[in-house]
Amino acid sequence: MTKFIDLTLSGISTGAVYAAVALALVLIWRATRIVNFAQGAMLMITTFIASAVISSTGSYWLGFAVALVSGLVFGAVVERVLIRPVEGAPPLNAVILTLGLYTLLVAIAGMIWGSTPRSFPAAFSLRGYDVGGTRLLFTPNDTFTVLVVIAVAVVLALLFRATSLGLQMRAAAFAPEVARLLGVRVGRMFTLGWALAAVAGALAGVLVAPAVFLGPNSFDPILISGFVAAVLGGLDSPPGAVLGGLLLGVALSYVSGYEGSSLVPLAALVILVVVLMVRPSGLFSATEERRV
Amino acid sequence: MSAVVRAREVLARRMILRSVAWVLLAAIVLAILSEVAGAYQDLQLATGAYYFAVLAGLTVLAGQSGQISLGQGALMAVGAYTFALLVGNEGWALVPAIVAAVVVTAVVGIPVGAAASRLRGPYLAGVTLAFAVGLPALADKFPGTFGGENGLSINPPVPPSFLGSSFPLERWEAWIALAGALVVLFALLNLTSSGVGRALRAVRDDEIAASLCGLRVGRTHTLAFVVSAGCAGLAGALLAVVLQLAEPGAFPLQLSLSLLTGVVLGGLGSLVGAIWGAALLTLLPNWANDLANSFSLSTKVSENLPLAIYGIVLIGAMILWPSGIQGGVRALIRRARGPS
Repeated sequence: MTKFIDLTLSGISTGAVYAAVALALVLIWRATRIVNFAQGAMLMITTFIASAVISSTGSYWLGFAVALVSGLVFGAVVERVLIRPVEGAPPLNAVILTLGLYTLLVAIAGMIWGSTPRSFPAAFSLRGYDVGGTRLLFTPNDTFTVLVVIAVAVVLALLFRATSLGLQMRAAAFAPEVARLLGVRVGRMFTLGWALAAVAGALAGVLVAPAVFLGPNSFDPILISGFVAAVLGGLDSPPGAVLGGLLLGVALSYVSGYEGSSLVPLAALVILVVVLMVRPSGLFSATEERRV
Repeated sequence: MSAVVRAREVLARRMILRSVAWVLLAAIVLAILSEVAGAYQDLQLATGAYYFAVLAGLTVLAGQSGQISLGQGALMAVGAYTFALLVGNEGWALVPAIVAAVVVTAVVGIPVGAAASRLRGPYLAGVTLAFAVGLPALADKFPGTFGGENGLSINPPVPPSFLGSSFPLERWEAWIALAGALVVLFALLNLTSSGVGRALRAVRDDEIAASLCGLRVGRTHTLAFVVSAGCAGLAGALLAVVLQLAEPGAFPLQLSLSLLTGVVLGGLGSLVGAIWGAALLTLLPNWANDLANSFSLSTKVSENLPLAIYGIVLIGAMILWPSGIQGGVRALIRRARGPS
């Protein structure tokens, strides 16, 4: 029973990280109808930058802030320079392009920082809470992870629902031509969508790095899980992405705890295929079925 | 016998004759090449041969049916492990074990292809990406069968005695791999010009029109995937022959991405393009090494240089040159011939 509770709790914490990656994918999908397969590599780069800042200044929070800011800039630059030419081209072109970016970024990280994974500090203690004499598998750092991701989701929801900027972004995504006629700077909204997405990704990288260590390929499984979580939530809805992430995190935590961690990527694959076959529009969406 | 049926038979016979001629020509050229080549170049020929096998299958999938797969590296692993288990544990002979590896990988491809046949674009890429990341982990889960991180080693193939006792092992390995590549070339040349190939292209170009003509769209997609899986299985078995080893480290996600690079650069959908792609994947790591040595770059840089080039090629091709080397060569020929 303790094991079950432990697995559930640690699943919620990793699920929060999946939710952040899923949020990044959903933001980009909403803005430009592209699945960003380079997301895992982009957040790997920002986490390496954070690691460099932390080890040279000794301040975790400075590194945290630098990761988010560099994510913002990175996302915007990638959209303007690389993605803009293939927007509106066949979807295969964007898929291949983002995979190319993934490959290039992994290679650059390997050239600069080497392929041996290194440790990354956590914001808060990694000692589990003591409840009635038993130590839970849930740490103060996990609490921080969950709270930060929920805060980001709430801020994004407010941005989209309650501000003029959010309305313009939604308009640019759903009806670019009409939005442009009404004076929305559609291209700028796309750039902003990519920039915000990269911030969410950078956040996920910093949060999960203490657990998976930091190497060029450390975040590949996280990207897969983020994609599965986004598809679970319908790929179009930020709240769906958060719920999908938490659900997937708990499910994969049971798989890892009872069957061994090497089966986790395969379990994610099975969940992905089953969801796409049975409910292609995601578990939580009430909209019409989409064509996958 | 109606005229249409007769014409079709004549066409089919001519196609088979033509592909036999192409394959024989290629076999002679490659045999001479392997005679003059040293041990190292023989190994490179063998490497190029198995890259060609998997790229040709991917070409059929991507170019003829419009799907892409990032799971080919994992399918190669299926072929390599099947071959290694049959030869190492069961004592099978070379050719039956290779055939079995192809069959097993094609069978593994059926459920993946059936799932893939209902998916498009980014969804398909995501599923096959998850497959590429997930499958090699099985080697860790069952270390007793698959040898864990170290993999399974195989005894080198013995050249038959009629070739003489001094026949080099590398040349024999190159012959095996090249024979496999030529079988793939023959099979796919005929497949793409047969009714099946036309069905694939019809489904790629317009699914609704194709199903109105009585083609079964889902089944055709699945078939393309199974064919490409069989080619990947063959490539995996040949890789196991050449390396004398099947280990999880030989099939990382990067392998699948470099295969994608080979196909994109060769031009989606052309078998000749698969030759360009195979040559690139074989030669690039060596060039990168030489380059790194001559500029005395660190190993960190030289190890990652091919990967960086793959990434730049993928990005650049999508922005500048979406039809690949073969498409570019075709455009040049067309320009040289002048306006027709």
